[in-house]
Amino acid sequence: MKKHLRIALQVLALVLILTGVWAGVAAAQGSTPTDDEVNAIAKQLYCPVCENTPLDVCPTEACRQWRELIRQQLADGWSEDQIKQYFVDNYGARVLGEPPRTGLNWVVYLLPPALILAGAFVLFRAMRSWIKPTSVEAGPAESKTIPLVQDDYVSKFEEELRKRK
Amino acid sequence: MTEINATAPKRGVPLWAQVIIWTLLVGLLVLVGVTLNKRQQGSVRPGTEIPDFTLTLFDGYQYEGRSKISLSDLRGKVVVINFWASWCKPCEQEAGELQQVWAEYADSGEVVFLGVDYVDTEPEARVYLQKFGIDFPNGPDMGTKVSQMFRTTGVPETYFIDQNGVLQYVKVGPFVSADEIRNQLDKMLP
Repeated sequence: MKKHLRIALQVLALVLILTGVWAGVAAAQGSTPTDDEVNAIAKQLYCPVCENTPLDVCPTEACRQWRELIRQQLADGWSEDQIKQYFVDNYGARVLGEPPRTGLNWVVYLLPPALILAGAFVLFRAMRSWIKPTSVEAGPAESKTIPLVQDDYVSKFEEELRKRK
Repeated sequence: MTEINATAPKRGVPLWAQVIIWTLLVGLLVLVGVTLNKRQQGSVRPGTEIPDFTLTLFDGYQYEGRSKISLSDLRGKVVVINFWASWCKPCEQEAGELQQVWAEYADSGEVVFLGVDYVDTEPEARVYLQKFGIDFPNGPDMGTKVSQMFRTTGVPETYFIDQNGVLQYVKVGPFVSADEIRNQLDKMLP
């Protein structure tokens, strides 16, 4: 009976050890950020060397080094905001795909909507004038008299009509 | 006289709206023009007095024990500012020559070499510096402020500034030999 108990305890101990080792390996694997995790941040950044190419798809050596740096920072527990701030501090605000909302950068955010609104306003005014053409039956209080050009032929014609009445 | 009644229609955009629209458009054009002009200026030209700037240096690459160096601290000396990066292959062509010439002139106290590491990561930069045995002051271009001030067009680029802080010579691309660096320095030294 004691022998069986001893074997059971040994098996239990072995299972616990193996579980612990497996959990350790799993935890270690989890601490290495995947390419997707790295690229989720990298695609928001642009290397000044390769203008207009997002960091996640840039093939240069400089960008590869940056991606590895992001991977290391993620592994060290840095948040997305901390990583982006690090890159801004080290390489300037132009590395950001979306410029920070400060200073002259506001032009980027305010000008397009302002132009769209101005365009819509002009279009609205133009359409309204198309729908309501010049009115000719308005009352005398709110109207202006517009003299027509005298025409000799019309005058003679009217004179002739008056004679015939 | 025959007359006809008609309402006088209000036509066109109000004056205030026209003023705003034109102001925005002119402002946008000026902004685009200034930006394009800046981009097309190229590097700072010889004869220009270089504004003061401060560079934070890598540990182990300080200047006389200081971790920061300002251009104004170096008045009276010829300053050679070399922009480089560890990912830059042409930079490797001149790295040995720069260190060689620095070693020759360092003891005179009349010349200071200053390496500015452009858009780089520190671990790779340190590997590069060790690989070429570079020991003159070096630091990262934080926020790319120094390279923007010089309006560098890439790396490597080297700027020779005289004792009065005036730029005398710009080398775009790698030096082909140590003599090329020596010749330029000898022209600027008394």
